[in-house]
Amino acid sequence: MLLNVNNLAVSFGGVHALNLDHFSLRDKELRVIIGPNGAGKSTFLDIICGKTKADKGEVFFNGKSILGKTEVKIAESGIGRKFQKPSVFPGLTVHDNLLLAAKMKKDIFSSLFFKSTPALAERIHSVAAKLSLTNVMYKLAGDLSHGQKQWLEIAIVVLQDPTLMLIDEPAAGMSDEETEKTGALLLELSKAHSIIVIEHDMKFVEQIANELVTVLVRGKRLMEGTFAEVKNDQRVIDCYLGRTNAQLETL
Amino acid sequence: MKTKNNPLYYILFIAIFAILLPAGYLSGLLSVNTISVWGRYFCFAIAALGIDLIWGYTGILSMCQAFFFCLGSYGIAMHLLLKKTVAAGAVLPDFMAWNKIDTLPLFWQPFHSFGWSLALCLLIPALFAFVVGFVLFRSRIKGVYMAIITQALTLAMWLIFLRNETNLGGTNGLTDFNTLLGYNLSSSSVKLALYMISFAVLCAAYFFCYRITNSKFGKVLQAIRDSESRISYAAYKVVDYKLAVFVVAALLAAVGGMLYLPQTGIITPGRMDVKASVEMVMWVALGGRSNLKGAVLGALLVNFLYSICTSLFPDSWLFILGFLFVITVLYFDKGFMGLLETIKQKISAARFKTPQTTH
Repeated sequence: MLLNVNNLAVSFGGVHALNLDHFSLRDKELRVIIGPNGAGKSTFLDIICGKTKADKGEVFFNGKSILGKTEVKIAESGIGRKFQKPSVFPGLTVHDNLLLAAKMKKDIFSSLFFKSTPALAERIHSVAAKLSLTNVMYKLAGDLSHGQKQWLEIAIVVLQDPTLMLIDEPAAGMSDEETEKTGALLLELSKAHSIIVIEHDMKFVEQIANELVTVLVRGKRLMEGTFAEVKNDQRVIDCYLGRTNAQLETL
Repeated sequence: MKTKNNPLYYILFIAIFAILLPAGYLSGLLSVNTISVWGRYFCFAIAALGIDLIWGYTGILSMCQAFFFCLGSYGIAMHLLLKKTVAAGAVLPDFMAWNKIDTLPLFWQPFHSFGWSLALCLLIPALFAFVVGFVLFRSRIKGVYMAIITQALTLAMWLIFLRNETNLGGTNGLTDFNTLLGYNLSSSSVKLALYMISFAVLCAAYFFCYRITNSKFGKVLQAIRDSESRISYAAYKVVDYKLAVFVVAALLAAVGGMLYLPQTGIITPGRMDVKASVEMVMWVALGGRSNLKGAVLGALLVNFLYSICTSLFPDSWLFILGFLFVITVLYFDKGFMGLLETIKQKISAARFKTPQTTH
């Protein structure tokens, strides 16, 4: 198992944000986590990438405990994160955003005396092309549309070339066509990377969830199963979507 | 790319300050004092470059740059004073004798040698910045808290330097120097030489900062300014970068201070009081943040304005500066340089009548 999580708990001001008994992820698996607002999905990713400190529990990545390590250490060990709210560097061009993300030595002196190589330029361009960013390469990232920012942040994670990608709501604010494209891209990426995706859009989940889907409710794991199982599970429908949720019933 | 490099600015800058002004002096049109005054402004501009690096590019508002500036000045002042004292056959500088001190304090000793003085002028600010930065950045202090703490630090240092017991001349500071390396500081040719040296150092500092900001290192700095948390998830050690740029900014301020001292002939704690440290930040804000040209222009222009205004309306300088600052914040947040760019864009848009595309 690439990622193993046991008895992970964190609470904010007495509210249990997350109380996860067990979670594990195989190498090169694409896992989707769904759950209503406040279920602790983003909190879970925050803990894995070092943004939030857990109260108790254990997280093993590649057999090594990563709880309590700094964001940089965790990123170096091969975990990349895309945030829910697209967070790119608005004052830099798209190209520079990608350049900073690309996998290389990242200490001060390497950055001071950095010289681009053809291989790196090629890699940046191919990732940019994959995410339709070629035309806006020298635009400021702050001037991009919301969908483009989402893609830019995914591109940033891709260029970091992590073993595990944590993708938080990639399709939020995208058109149907863009969503579909994002899904195809994630499926392609899952051939070489392990990916955890958080998503609300059920159509999108159906597109990408060819393996397991985990359902979180109020910080706990409600169930895990294929998309069909989850979709037809009465508890999920009651708990998460509610009986009147049209989105699931039409599927 | 974003920063188009227009050689016009450089040519104009060098033409005015390296040729026009010295030529004006040599032909007798300008007094040597004018030359010396601009030499001092260059020193401010060097410090302003440092402020632009740490504030404009990295987004850390450091209010202790004036203190680093003073450290540089005080170091050179101590050396000059000791040289004068020894030449006069005394052991102690005058002010110490008046304070009834009988031996030279230990920390004055290394300043007998010019080499040590230079080294310490750079080493002490760098070390100070390193220690302060290490503590502050490690505990993730940022934004307005950073500004408050560094300002408080400068204030504390100002109070320490004001005390006679510190043995740095107290309120009166250090003054009354004769020679630097045997050259008479009051002679016009030495003043011209110092002007030229300051100009050369300013150009070198500009080039140095230009290289830094255009390297990947500079891009990381801007990324830290834009989204500090995001860059650490891309495996950059933010603390290292902040520390490095803080030390570099402190060094630039110190170099400015070192060159400033022989041209003014006096350094008092007033150079690092709250007003002075705020003013230094204002140069950059008015000139244009995250724009090296803006920092230089701001420092030169504001100080030039200062000298004009203080002779025309002696009491209202702070009002004028405050007014300028408010206008800048409200209407052109990118400073003079931003204003120039906007005007240029407007002119070219009007001339070619092309539909203005949103950038």
